[in-house]
Amino acid sequence: MAVSEAPRKAWIKRVTRNFGILPILLIFFAVFWILTPNFRSFNNMMNIFRATSINLVIATGMTMVILTGGIDLSVGAIAALTAVVALKVSLTSTYFLAVPAALLTGMVAGLINGTLVAYVGLPPFIATLGAMTYLRGAAFLLCNGVSIINSNLSFAWIGNDYLGPFPWLMVIALVVVVIASWVLRKTVYGMRVYAVGGNLQAARYTGIKVKNMLLSVYVISGFCSALGGVMIASRLYSANGLIGEGYELDAIAAAIIGGTSFAGGKGTIIGTLFGGLIMGILNNGLTILGVSYYSQQVVRGIVIIAAVTIDILRNTLWKK
Amino acid sequence: MADERVLLQIKGVSKQYPGVRALKDVSFTINRGEVHAVVGENGAGKTTLMKILSGVETMTTGELILDDTPIRLSGIKDAIDLGINLISQELNIALDMMVYENIFIGSEISSNGVLNRREMRDFAQRLLDSLGATFDAETYAGDLSIAEQQQVEIARALRYDSRILIMDEPTASLSERETEKLFDVIRGLRVRGITVIFISHRLKEVLEIADAVTVLRDGTYVGTMRGDEIQEQQIVRWMIGREREDYYPDTSTIYSETEDYFVVRQMGDNEEVFDVSFSVKKGEILGITGLVGAGRTELINLVFGILPRQSGEVYLEGKRLIINEPVDAIRQGIGYVPENRRDYGLFLELSCAHNIVMNVADREPVSRHRILNLRKLDEVAWNAVRARNIQTPDIDREVMYLSGGNQQKVLLARWLEARPKVLILDEPTRGIDVGAKSEIYQLIADLAAQGVTIILISSELPEVIGLAQRILVMREGRIVAELTQREQFDQELILAYASGIKTPDYSFEYMEGR
Repeated sequence: MAVSEAPRKAWIKRVTRNFGILPILLIFFAVFWILTPNFRSFNNMMNIFRATSINLVIATGMTMVILTGGIDLSVGAIAALTAVVALKVSLTSTYFLAVPAALLTGMVAGLINGTLVAYVGLPPFIATLGAMTYLRGAAFLLCNGVSIINSNLSFAWIGNDYLGPFPWLMVIALVVVVIASWVLRKTVYGMRVYAVGGNLQAARYTGIKVKNMLLSVYVISGFCSALGGVMIASRLYSANGLIGEGYELDAIAAAIIGGTSFAGGKGTIIGTLFGGLIMGILNNGLTILGVSYYSQQVVRGIVIIAAVTIDILRNTLWKK
Repeated sequence: MADERVLLQIKGVSKQYPGVRALKDVSFTINRGEVHAVVGENGAGKTTLMKILSGVETMTTGELILDDTPIRLSGIKDAIDLGINLISQELNIALDMMVYENIFIGSEISSNGVLNRREMRDFAQRLLDSLGATFDAETYAGDLSIAEQQQVEIARALRYDSRILIMDEPTASLSERETEKLFDVIRGLRVRGITVIFISHRLKEVLEIADAVTVLRDGTYVGTMRGDEIQEQQIVRWMIGREREDYYPDTSTIYSETEDYFVVRQMGDNEEVFDVSFSVKKGEILGITGLVGAGRTELINLVFGILPRQSGEVYLEGKRLIINEPVDAIRQGIGYVPENRRDYGLFLELSCAHNIVMNVADREPVSRHRILNLRKLDEVAWNAVRARNIQTPDIDREVMYLSGGNQQKVLLARWLEARPKVLILDEPTRGIDVGAKSEIYQLIADLAAQGVTIILISSELPEVIGLAQRILVMREGRIVAELTQREQFDQELILAYASGIKTPDYSFEYMEGR
C-alpha cells in the first residue's frame, strides 16, 4: 500500500520542487502575450532565449556554488577577462585556440577562488569579491583599456548562427542546463553537492572530501562564466574590460527566483532556468511595451523580491 | 468543581497537522506550584503540547482554562502576558551579548529611548543571585556553560513575572552535575510558588524532581500520577504500552573471537587525549564510558581522522590502517555514528532516501560509474526503511520532519548500508524515546552477533552495563580502568573510576605495556 502510493507522492514532490516557479513564469508570459502582439512571434521567442542564454549559462554555475552554501561574485569579471583572452588569441596565428584558452582561463580563475574558499578558508563572499575586482582589473590591463575588435572572428558562429531555426546561443544554454541538471540529479557528485551544502560537518563525517567538492563548484562556475564570456564576445565580435558588469547579480537573481536556498542544500537547475526566463521575459516584454529602462529596473527588483516572498509563503502554507 | 489547587486545565486539546494528528483530545490539570513532568516517547506529542501551552502553536480544537478563566493564546506574546514562559530545547541566547542584555532583550529598561544599563545590570544580578547563579551579569553569554545559559533564560522568564515556566527537555545537554544544579534552581522556583512544566526523557530525573507526572502516548493522554503514586514501572508501562522486559538484549551469549581484531595504539593529541591504547575483538561490544570531558568523543575523532593527532596507530585484522581523513577510515571498514546527529550526522533538508544511501552512493547498486541508478537507490532506501522500522510516510520526506528516534534510525541505517567491520556509536540513544532505544539496543546486539565489532560510547551507565561485554572507563583523556567481568559492571564502581575516587588498577597497566 505504502509502496504503491509512495512513488506517486514522490513524483508530485519532485514536480513541485522543480517547477514551483513555473506558474509565475506562465503568468508573465500570458500577460505579455495578451498585452503586446509583437511579443507573440516565434522570432521574439528566440530573441528572449538568445538574450537570456548568457545569464542562464552563468547562473547554472552560480546555482552549483550557492547549493554548497557559497556565492561567486566574480562571474561577471571572469566573463570579461575570458572574453578579452578569447579576442586576443583569435587575432594570433593560433586563433583556433581562442575558445579553449578562454575556458581554461575561466577554470583557473575558479580554481583560485575555490582554493581560497576550500583550503585557505576564506568566506566565499570575500574570496570572490576580491576576484571580482582583480579579474576585472586584469581584463582592463590585458586589453589596454580599449575594445579589442576582430571582424573576422573564428567563433562568431556561436553568437550569430542558427542550428535549424534555433540560435546557437540558445542551444548552448539549454545543453548546459540539461547537463548540469542531469549531473545534480543523477550522479554521485550531484548528490554530494547537496550534502555539502546541507550539512558540511555531516558530509565530512560521512567520508565526503568536502574541500575537493567546494573547490570543484568554483571551477565549474569559472568554466560557465568563461563560456558566458565567449558567448558575449562572439556576439559582439569584440571584447573589453566592461563586459559582464552586474552579471553576478543577474545570475544570483535567476538562481534565487528559481528557488535555490541561499543557505545551500536546496534548489534545482530547472528552477534556475525558469528564474532566468522570468527575467528574460520581463526585460523583453517591458521593452516592447516601451517601458523605460529605469522603470524596468524598478520592476525587476520588485519581481525578485516578490518571487522569493511567494516561494516562502507557499512553503509555509505547504507545511501547515 | 472549583478546586483551589488547580491552576491550569487542559481540556480536549487536539492538534492536526496535514496528515498527522499530533494531539488527540488531551485533557489533564496542572496544580498551583507543582513541578509537573510530561513524559512520553518521541512523537507522543509532548513538544506540540508545550508549544500550544506557550502560544508558539495554536490548537486545532480544545480549551485552556487558567484560574477558572478560559484563555486564548494566539501568539507567544499572549502567553507571556499571562505569565507563561517557554524555555525551548535550543536556547534563545545571543552569545555575543552580555548576560543582562540577554535577560532584557525585548523589554529593555530605558528612559526616552536611552538604555538604563545600570538598572538592568543590577536587576539582572539580583535575579541571577536569587537563582543561585555564580556568574556575573556582565559576562558574555557565550562564555557560559549550557547550564548557566539556561539560568539566564530562567532569569529572563522571571523578569516577566512568570507564573508557569515550561521547559522542553532542559536536561538534554547537561551533565549530571549540571542537572543537579538545575534541579536546585527548579526546587527554588517551586518554593517561590512558580509552576514548572517540563519534558524529560530521563525517568530517573522525573522520579527525582517531579510532583506530578503526565504520560502521553501517540498524541493521546494516558494518565497522570501525583506524589506517592509516581512509580517508575508504571510510567514505563504507560509510555511504551507494554512491560519493560527484554529492554536490553542479552549480549552475554554473543560469541566473540579471542584474537585482537581492531587495535588502537598510543592514540593522542596531547590536549584532550593522552596515549590511549585499546583493542577490540571481532564481534565484541566494547563500552567506553566516562564523565563529560573525559575525552571519549575526542578519542574516536582522533581514530577516525577528524581531529589531527600527535601520535597513534590503528590496526584492523593485523594490518595497519592509514587514516588521515574520515573517508580513509570508512573505506577500510570503520563506521562512526557521531554524538550530535543534527550537527554531524544528518542532512536535514535532504530526503530519507539520500540520507540513507549517502555512504554507499558511489558503490553498486546505487550507482555505476558514478551515475546514480535512481530506481535502485529508492529500492535500497525502502529496504532500509523497512528493515530498521523507520516511521516515515515516504522515502522522499526530508529527514527534518522525522522524530528524533527515527532520525537516529536513519543515521544508523546509513552506516549499516556501508557494512562496516567496526562500528563506533557515540551516544546512540541520546534524546530518543524508550521504544526506539530498545530497538537500537536490539540492533546493536544483532550486529555483534553477525560479527560486527561494536564500540559503544555512552555516558548512560545502565546502557553500557546492559549492552557491553567489556567496559573501558576514561578520565581526563586516559583510560583508567578496564572491566572485563560482568560481575564488575557496577554503576558505583564505574563512577568511582570515572571521577578519580578509585585509581587505575593493574589491568590498565597491563594494557599500557602491551
